Amino acid sequence: MPVKNLPALLAFLLLSGCASSDIWGWYVIDPTTKSGWINIKFLINGMGNTILISLIAAAFSIAIGLLVALPALSHRRWLRIINRIYVEFVRSIPLLPMLFWVFYGLPIIFKSMGLNIPIDPFWGAVITLALSDSAFTAEIYRSGIQSIARGQTEAAQTVGLSYTQTMRYVILPQAIRRILPPLANQFIYIVKMSAFASVIGMQELTRRANELVVSEYRPLELYTFLILEYLVLVLIISAGVRWLERRMGADERN
Amino acid sequence: MAENKIEMIGVNKWFGDFHVLKDINLTVKSGDRVVICGPSGSGKSTVVRCINRLEEHQSGVIRVDGVELTNDKAAIATIRSEVGMVFQQFNLFPHLSVLDNLILGPMKARGLSRAQATDRAMHYLERVRIPEQADKRPAQLSGGQQQRVAIARSLTMEPKVMLFDEPTSALDPEMISEVLDVMVSLAQDGMTMIVVTHEMGFARKVADQMIFMDGGEIVESGPPEPFFTAPKSGRCQKFLSQILQH
Repeated sequence: MPVKNLPALLAFLLLSGCASSDIWGWYVIDPTTKSGWINIKFLINGMGNTILISLIAAAFSIAIGLLVALPALSHRRWLRIINRIYVEFVRSIPLLPMLFWVFYGLPIIFKSMGLNIPIDPFWGAVITLALSDSAFTAEIYRSGIQSIARGQTEAAQTVGLSYTQTMRYVILPQAIRRILPPLANQFIYIVKMSAFASVIGMQELTRRANELVVSEYRPLELYTFLILEYLVLVLIISAGVRWLERRMGADERN
Repeated sequence: MAENKIEMIGVNKWFGDFHVLKDINLTVKSGDRVVICGPSGSGKSTVVRCINRLEEHQSGVIRVDGVELTNDKAAIATIRSEVGMVFQQFNLFPHLSVLDNLILGPMKARGLSRAQATDRAMHYLERVRIPEQADKRPAQLSGGQQQRVAIARSLTMEPKVMLFDEPTSALDPEMISEVLDVMVSLAQDGMTMIVVTHEMGFARKVADQMIFMDGGEIVESGPPEPFFTAPKSGRCQKFLSQILQH
């Protein structure tokens, strides 16, 4: 949906609220009142953590995804099998159970190994999102790299480049143009899934809305506001992705 | 330095069940210009691709400048550094400028400085007569220019042998001669060359050994004079008459 329709949607929701004032109670986030304004600030303050968790998780996912994708391109069968096992396994785990396992289970494993690595809600969320997303990132890398014609690898080999040099100087710079738009798209998935971090106590957008619902008991207004917060965030990212695609496309034509 | 630049002895190769190379024997001496022709699917490209290990042979011996091709990575690297290759589809790196295409190998594989590599690259771009295109991207050049850049890219590695795999087959007719001219001048300078091509005018001019392949076998080989005027095998006669008619 184009960004320019957003104000219209907001207006519609607010007007429909005014029209049937018996079910809506927008006072809870009315910026003209002191308590409403405090509530709005409380809700929006979760944005920082949502963005931070998503960005760090995406960075890890991009790195892990590449490491997972490279064996898939090997001549050696067992390396390809390792890739398949990782991708199929990680891809089939629902995010919430994985989050519980990382947050509640992983510290027990660390402890049994004599390691004292506490996992706080922030890193629990980051690790889970990064792992979960890395299976998809790996597939994006694989198809992107495979889309570069074999002749490029052969030409690189015939001018004496090693495997690592071929990847670094010839294949990845070309693949990245095809990989970046779907990777950026995948970032939207991370942003949305970061809402699950609320259940392990991370103070992000969803957690904040939940806490306010408990004290104010206005779920309809507060969750509407929450959805709009994600909507704004994702629309901004989408606009960024489209800008990136246009730029990459223009570059490709040169 | 071995006198025989390339030796293939009893080389066989299969793609799955398909027997692409059948008992190939070939000796190329320093300075030899060998031209391989034959119908498509005859295995001529595969022969060339085996020499720098873009394809793996399953039996027989291939030696390049005295070094045998095995799974030994160091041997493969040594051989590839001595063998240049020009592809039908050019295979230039589209994300790099012409100059960067040429300096990548010398800098990364040979350890030259950027300045040294650039000097060398410009020398070979002048050799193929397009130094003025150095800063362009490959896609901005014509097919003939791209193939000349590809030849220059191979030359910057200063190989002892050059392999050409149908270098003019993807070119528009009016661009073929500019590429062949470069190849002729290379031959005149004494470069050892193996050329897979259907350009029989070029073959007559430069080849000192002609090879005709069909069905994965070397059916006929020898100096160009008897090869063109009195081919012994029926298959070779038929092939030559088909491509020389036009």
